[in-house]
Amino acid sequence: MADDIQYLAGGEISSSKPLEPYDETVVAFLNEFSSALMKDAKCKMFPDIITFAFWARKANLARLKQDYPMRGVRLGRGLAFHIAPSNIPINFIFTYAFGLLAGNANVVRVSSKEFPQVDQVCRVLNALLREPRNKPIEDRTAIVRYSRQSEHTKIFSSACHARVIWGGDQTIEIIRRNPIAPRAVDIAFADRYSLAVIDSNELINADENAFNRLMTNFYNDTYLMDQNACSSPQLILWTGERLDAAKARFWQGVFDYARHRYDLSPIKVVDKYLQTCLDAIDFDEIDRVRRYGNLVWRVSLKTLNPLTNDRIRGKFGLFFEYDLNDWAELWKVINEKYQTLTYFGVDAQRLAELVRDNGLSGIDRIVPIGKALAINIFWDGFNLIEALSRNIYFE
Amino acid sequence: MLERHSDFLDVEPYSLNKVEKRERLEHYLNELTRHHYEHCPEYARILNAFDKNPEDDMTLEEIPALPVRIFKEKDMLSVPRDRIVKVMTSSGTSGQKVSKIYLDKETTRAQTKCLTNIVKSYIGSKRLPMLILDTPLVKKDRALYSARGAGIIGFSMFGRDVTYTLDEEMNLDVAALERFMDRNGGERILLFGYTFMIWQYFLKELERRNINLNIEGGMLFHTGGWKKLKAEQISEDMYRERLQKVCGNISVHNQYGMAEQLGSVFMECEHGNMHCSIFSDVIIRRAEDFSVCDHGEAGLIELMSVLPSSYPGHAILTEDLGICLGEDDCPCGRLGKYFKLLGRVQNAEIRGCSDTYGR
Repeated sequence: MADDIQYLAGGEISSSKPLEPYDETVVAFLNEFSSALMKDAKCKMFPDIITFAFWARKANLARLKQDYPMRGVRLGRGLAFHIAPSNIPINFIFTYAFGLLAGNANVVRVSSKEFPQVDQVCRVLNALLREPRNKPIEDRTAIVRYSRQSEHTKIFSSACHARVIWGGDQTIEIIRRNPIAPRAVDIAFADRYSLAVIDSNELINADENAFNRLMTNFYNDTYLMDQNACSSPQLILWTGERLDAAKARFWQGVFDYARHRYDLSPIKVVDKYLQTCLDAIDFDEIDRVRRYGNLVWRVSLKTLNPLTNDRIRGKFGLFFEYDLNDWAELWKVINEKYQTLTYFGVDAQRLAELVRDNGLSGIDRIVPIGKALAINIFWDGFNLIEALSRNIYFE
Repeated sequence: MLERHSDFLDVEPYSLNKVEKRERLEHYLNELTRHHYEHCPEYARILNAFDKNPEDDMTLEEIPALPVRIFKEKDMLSVPRDRIVKVMTSSGTSGQKVSKIYLDKETTRAQTKCLTNIVKSYIGSKRLPMLILDTPLVKKDRALYSARGAGIIGFSMFGRDVTYTLDEEMNLDVAALERFMDRNGGERILLFGYTFMIWQYFLKELERRNINLNIEGGMLFHTGGWKKLKAEQISEDMYRERLQKVCGNISVHNQYGMAEQLGSVFMECEHGNMHCSIFSDVIIRRAEDFSVCDHGEAGLIELMSVLPSSYPGHAILTEDLGICLGEDDCPCGRLGKYFKLLGRVQNAEIRGCSDTYGR
């Protein structure tokens, strides 16, 4: 029997009646949730919880609604079933909020791995859901935990109208063995590859303040999640003419910034070393490794190879870099695996237009360095509010 | 081992001081580096990426060490495949990848000779009545014929009247043990087994049955690692004392080595220190930049061996932590570096979002 389920917040779904996206009840609830999190002494200690709380403020939600208007008359799909990614603790509550905002009841399966953020957020959420005025939300909320062997993935999959799978190719493959209803939609976030582009001239011209901000931002995009998030850049592309000077300044800066902040445990060092050796064996384009202690390893590539480039991945401060003489070199390697392009000193709109004009099948996000991990209703090329709701056509 | 170095194996294993030893080892290991660079393309690519030139004469500390897990990920050979006589695998737990170590005749022979030289310096050249603290299954069952089986078979050659003390279900074979003691009581006895197996199936069982073997003089060698005992919070002292209580007058020696470097083992002396023989060396490195630790400072263990010529395993960076305590001045009198093992590096909590369902 499928009774091995734990409700961390909410309970069994008692209403899947769809609501309109950005429904007032939902926005008011998220706003209340946001203030409760910001006031909570324990939650305040987690920067990622605070990031979510900021995002869920009424003013921000109103801005989202205004900035990304959806056409037509819309309604949620009904019941959304989310498989949260297990290693970015806070994403479970973002995906819940996306589902709610789109007008759905939500079952969110969090990983069996325990995170303090999950416990704290659920504690606050539960307290709010118990208020009678929040009954409509309570009816539509189930944050659950169950083991991988459980039948519940099958049960929720067959019952839902939309399924959101975070966590990469292997997870998607496992979850998809459980069929969803014919009319239901699947939104899956596959393994992706991300990269950054830095203009060497702009980097040399950056004043002390701008440079220091860039170091913080680059650190947050990469080391903060061990480079394991799919939106963390693996490959750094350099444009402009002052390449050597820019690289020297940049990498020394990264080293100086990270050395007092990053926990470089011995296992990370041996993993990184192994990875580098394997890459040297597997990929002809590996040129040479430059090391700043064991903290920053930069590996120059001889070419960008369309067949292999998306498999050259770093971790724990292992970066690949390449001098880009011509954007065409980049376009020929881009495939659907490429997700986020972070940039410094480059015109984002022009880049977006280049992606369009070259008909590229990848690159869904172009954001400044520092925003690689900033999750939003736009992810992997989807507007999640739109994808989790339906349009009522009329004429 | 390269043919032209093989005379070295006749030298007493703890007889060279640090100056003499460094001179010999640097010569052999630089030649091995050049040999592997020339014959193992994977090895050459790694050296190229890290900008190491095998033509340079490198110090021991400069010779590149491969990460030990590379032997689980890649087939690394420095001789043509048809020269391989044996593929040694590490005894990984199920589901894990195992190391594959490709051995030719020369390397196998050198391993045996080296182990013999080291062990004999402890037990003398006479064969001793021997107890294997394990099941005879390890030499029958192909699935178990990994480093564990090979280790037992390898060590058995130092004994006579070799007797297994556990049956095929890992129960203590009391009858066999009693017969063995009847035959050999009063003699010096050699005991060999795997660290945790000895604890779990031999020592605890003797204690439970209140048996004392009353060995009048013996040496127990064990290998395999301390991981499980550490989890049970068993110290080295406790391990030795409790073994002595049920066995009698024996010395207990931990033997450290890896499937990736069989033969040139590190042996614990009477003072509880691990010793490098002249055929091997240890370098303790700081994780932050791979610089060499001072004596007394903990770091990652790099192991060097003059033996591997059929695969590039003459310098490997392990995932073990240790402390080098000194060189040439252990109270036991053996020359060479001596060190302590501190166990494996902690597993990392890897963050990020890829493929994490069910973890």
